[in-house]
Amino acid sequence: MITPLGSRTSDKLWRAFVIYLPYSWLLLFFLIPFFIVFKISLADPLVAQPPFSPLLDWGESAQKWLLATADNYRFLLEDKLYWISYMRSIKIALISTILCLLVGYPIAYTIARAKAPWRNILLLLIILPFWTSFLLRIYAWMVMLGKHGLVNNILMGAGFIDKPLQLLYTDMAVYLGIVYTYVPFMILPLYATLEKLDLNLNDAAEDLGAKPWQRFVDITLPLSIPGIVAGSLLVFIPALGEFVIPALLGGLDSLMIGRTLYDEFFVNRDWPLASAVATVLLFILILPIMLFQRSQRGEEA
Amino acid sequence: MNDTESNPADEVTKDLSDTPWEDPTQKPFIEFRSVTKKFGDFTAVDEISQDIYKGELFTILGGSGCGKSTLLRMLAGFEAPSSGSIWIDGVDVTYLPAYDRPVNMMFQSYAVFPHMNVEQNVGYGLLKEKVPKAEIQTRVKEMLELVQLTDFAKRKPDQLSGGQRQRVALARALIKRPKVLLLDEPLAALDKKLREQTQFELMNLQDQLGITFVVVTHDQEEAMTLATRVAVMDEGKFVQIGTPGEVYEYPNNFFVADFFGNINIFDATVVNSEPDHLTVALDKSGTQIRTQYSSSLGDGDRVMIGVRPEKLAISETRPELEGYTITKGIVEDLAYYGNRSVYRVRSQTGRVIQVSAQNSLRSAEHAVEWDDEVFLSWESSCSVVLEH
Repeated sequence: MITPLGSRTSDKLWRAFVIYLPYSWLLLFFLIPFFIVFKISLADPLVAQPPFSPLLDWGESAQKWLLATADNYRFLLEDKLYWISYMRSIKIALISTILCLLVGYPIAYTIARAKAPWRNILLLLIILPFWTSFLLRIYAWMVMLGKHGLVNNILMGAGFIDKPLQLLYTDMAVYLGIVYTYVPFMILPLYATLEKLDLNLNDAAEDLGAKPWQRFVDITLPLSIPGIVAGSLLVFIPALGEFVIPALLGGLDSLMIGRTLYDEFFVNRDWPLASAVATVLLFILILPIMLFQRSQRGEEA
Repeated sequence: MNDTESNPADEVTKDLSDTPWEDPTQKPFIEFRSVTKKFGDFTAVDEISQDIYKGELFTILGGSGCGKSTLLRMLAGFEAPSSGSIWIDGVDVTYLPAYDRPVNMMFQSYAVFPHMNVEQNVGYGLLKEKVPKAEIQTRVKEMLELVQLTDFAKRKPDQLSGGQRQRVALARALIKRPKVLLLDEPLAALDKKLREQTQFELMNLQDQLGITFVVVTHDQEEAMTLATRVAVMDEGKFVQIGTPGEVYEYPNNFFVADFFGNINIFDATVVNSEPDHLTVALDKSGTQIRTQYSSSLGDGDRVMIGVRPEKLAISETRPELEGYTITKGIVEDLAYYGNRSVYRVRSQTGRVIQVSAQNSLRSAEHAVEWDDEVFLSWESSCSVVLEH
């Protein structure tokens, strides 16, 4: 007897399980925590445990039961500090993304055009740094960029400079750290896109009169946009909220939103304000993610 | 390689405008001069020298790995020969990059740019030539009319059918008004009905535009229907060059005979050799066959005799015919194709002979069936002598 596909109860259960599992995951570990954070951002700070006022008042008076306050958000707008750290974060994340793209594209392109046995080796080399702790690698940069670090020693030894340069605790060090850490996230999706490209299209363009540079601009570049978008988001999103790299490599004035967030939570113990900062950050991130989704849908259509 | 046979077709004096390769006053348009291409130790193209004339539809036919695609890519400019030179219209183009050659190609996969619409695809070549915008527009419009894609100008390639995509690829190559158009397996990706239609469209276009076409294919039917001349290629060399008719009717070796259509092969021995005729005896049956053939073969030399399946007639009674070779057998298998039937007949000597017969009668009364005893006959002059 032939049973129509998915008509049996066990099939149905299995299907429901497969479909709802990711949703449940999202609900449990993203949506609910987010709403808790959002709820805290609408409360007042208290010197108590937990350090915020309850959002719901179960008291006698009915009109008082919703105690939400937008004060924290108003404060974010009023105090320049937050505006400055958001802007700095966006600027650093944007510049880092562009730098990653500039560094990563040629690497991804070279790997994609390398002979097949080489490709896996090269890809492995790209992923290899992940085998060492991220923190350790950033400390290594601190050692190398320090006053008497490797870079300064070499430059002085070669006679290019008389006294050590200030390399550590500068914006340059932050960019270096972010690009160094995140460039594999740019390379991998770019590689995946470039490797799939039909080389016949390049031949066809050449046949129709396109010189090498024109073939890149007309064919390879536009067709690798999905990879560029995916890689840029994978770099931009974590770079925006990056806390460790600016804290370790950046100067005292290198105020990024991750640092501000940390200070509000742990130094000022103003959880509601910190939650407001986090909520706004999330909305800043949602915008590029939505753009990404749209470009993905465009690609599929 | 193309010198041993004397084709009866050659003896007739005819208008040489359709067969420029027979006209000694014609200058060749494309010349391969001892072109060799090696990849490491592997020789893909082996010392090919060949002239192709203006307005020809020259087809290179061969199996995969015979070097035909490499030859085409060298003509297009994607590969440089290891030695030898290639000339187009009197110019040495051997080391000219593809983007500077007066040659355009229609790729097997069509290679239509997926991110551009039909119009942009077709106009791309002109854009790279820095043709003024207004002229591009009018030429694209004309070209789209020619390939009947006017209504699809704004469509993206993924909204087109295979046949339409192919026409985009064709239009894109033709719009540059190339001196030579290269086609890599032009009909391979199309279904049967579309193939026939496209094949005639291509021939019409070629007639209309007077462009020299060079086609590469592994499909003998494609070669047969399109070509003015076919070059059968094997292991980097041209094995035989001629009109489809010549190559089909007078293949000069077993490879060509077998590759270019079906053929029944009989081993035979020469019993009498005259200046332009040869009499051979088939090894198994002893049947003697006299056929037109001129060569240096002497008595006792071993040859193969080939007979195309459609040259054989099948009948239940012994035909009384002069100059025919007749043999008896039993129908072992038959396949009905509507317009024709293919029979596999086991002859008295035990070998299987393939016969293709037109189903000219509608009634099934006279139809030959399985296990019927039949007579096979063929005009002895239709036998092809193949030297070892």
